[in-house]
Amino acid sequence: MRGRLDRHLTPYLFVAPFFVLFAVFGAYPLLATLWMSLHDWHLINGDGGFIGLANYSDLFADPDFWNALVNTLSLFVISTVPQLFIALGLAALLNTKLRGRTFWRAGVLVPNVVSVVAVALVFAQVFGRDFGIVNWLLGLVGLDPIDWPADVWSSHLAIAAIVTWRWTGYNALIYLAAMQAVPNDLYESARLDGASTWKAFWTVTVPMIRPTILFTTVVSTIGGLQLFAEPLLFESKGASTGTGGSDRQYQTITMYLYEKGFTLFDAGSAATIAWVLFLIVALFALINFAVVRRTVASR
Amino acid sequence: MTTTTAATAVPRRRRRARPAGGRGKPLSYLLLAAVLASSVFPLYWTFVVASSDNSAIGEATPPLVPGGNLMENISRVFDSSEFSLALMNSAIVATTVAVGNVFFSALAGFAFARLRFRGRNALLVTVVATMMVPTQLGIIPLYLLTTELGWTGHLQALIVPALVSAFGVFWMRQAVDETVPTELVEAAMMDGCSLVRIFWHVALPAIRPAAAVLGLFTFMGAWNDFFWPLVVLNPENPTVQVALSVLASGYYTDYALMLTGALLGVLPVLAVFLLLARQIVGGIMAGAVKG
Repeated sequence: MRGRLDRHLTPYLFVAPFFVLFAVFGAYPLLATLWMSLHDWHLINGDGGFIGLANYSDLFADPDFWNALVNTLSLFVISTVPQLFIALGLAALLNTKLRGRTFWRAGVLVPNVVSVVAVALVFAQVFGRDFGIVNWLLGLVGLDPIDWPADVWSSHLAIAAIVTWRWTGYNALIYLAAMQAVPNDLYESARLDGASTWKAFWTVTVPMIRPTILFTTVVSTIGGLQLFAEPLLFESKGASTGTGGSDRQYQTITMYLYEKGFTLFDAGSAATIAWVLFLIVALFALINFAVVRRTVASR
Repeated sequence: MTTTTAATAVPRRRRRARPAGGRGKPLSYLLLAAVLASSVFPLYWTFVVASSDNSAIGEATPPLVPGGNLMENISRVFDSSEFSLALMNSAIVATTVAVGNVFFSALAGFAFARLRFRGRNALLVTVVATMMVPTQLGIIPLYLLTTELGWTGHLQALIVPALVSAFGVFWMRQAVDETVPTELVEAAMMDGCSLVRIFWHVALPAIRPAAAVLGLFTFMGAWNDFFWPLVVLNPENPTVQVALSVLASGYYTDYALMLTGALLGVLPVLAVFLLLARQIVGGIMAGAVKG
């Protein structure tokens, strides 16, 4: 009898911790965010009453929101696209017969294990206006120093450099794993057909690992749309407010959420931003999935 | 996916797959060395700045070799902030979260891989689906919830929500599926062994390597986490990452101090990584997902 009870009940006890914790700390907050976005809610004082979609219409009429959205998309594009291309090339390099394989693989992964906070602080210094090493290098070739955080394009470039530096090696290893599963016969027949290494890479390797490429695209998209720590810490002065520069030149949506919620205590607006961001992320993920499906089906 | 099944189905007569790009040429090594240099340079630079004094940093030519001020800068970091407390807090949080996540994920993973129960498949699909839910976005109610519980400013606000993860459950399920023989579990059941005992004596020893990798990933993730600790902790009781952001947000930018802190915050994770690089790289290549 005891044994039968054990067989029937214990499996549920084993999986229960996950579902309990997810319900409390994952699902509930996400649903509560939707609820709060329909209220005039102050972080400390609490619920100020139901206001329908007013938070949403305020948000869509708010130039700072659109600014943050454009910044987020810009940062996402200029960090993800080069990152994935470089990772592809790097994976191809790592996929050759190499001495000290583990050394090279571990080496390219180092940036990924370093905390984003430390990385952002280091790059803030590297891109510093007065004593930064990038400006010093520019000076060596006779160019004027750039006040990196001050302008939209320069701050975006610098922040994209942080993201690219941190994630390229990681993506390269994912590609490498996929490349190693490509059957060798395909390369041999390509070689018999007289294809160069370069041609074989584009006609054999890339099509064969397409699902992996799309997987990394989805993951990078989700990560890229929620960019927070890199821009927050990019300029040390005033890092704690989340405005992203004096003219909000590099404020992302997640930073705007942080500013609304934890600097201005407007929890209702912050919840609205969170929910809109969630929808944007979901939309991008759906687009990605649709592309995955089509390309996989077409093969 | 099809390639793995093909590889196991076909007798191992095939030659070991030769790398696609052929032999490593001198140019490959040169390019890789360049990539490696750019991977490591910011860390080297951190060390250079952390061991210099601020006047050296302010000169026309930035210092390119380490200076002699490292010890002095380290003691300045510990004097000017709650840094030792922060290091200890991070160690506590990262260790507890890693142990908890491995344990609870292994429990669930074992159940999903080897036990039969009503609704198993639906529950497993739910687990995988929750990997898509970005928890960051529920941060406002999460903050209010922890306030309600009286956890704001305390470490349990970081520990409890992270004690088990969807990724961990998925990872451990794969590990159990690959390493714990069904026959062994069934034989133990026939002998009237309780499921807890089977988990502890049959499954857990077999999945130790996978558990170690998951533990490392979780430790590094918890050590490096920033957004949630920034929101829920206060500067009096920070983790390392929060303490670093406090160092950085001063009105006057003390680069030597900042990067010394960054160096100290990076060293534990870097040490773990260098010791177990092979396993970590293998884990990522086995399909680890950004955690």
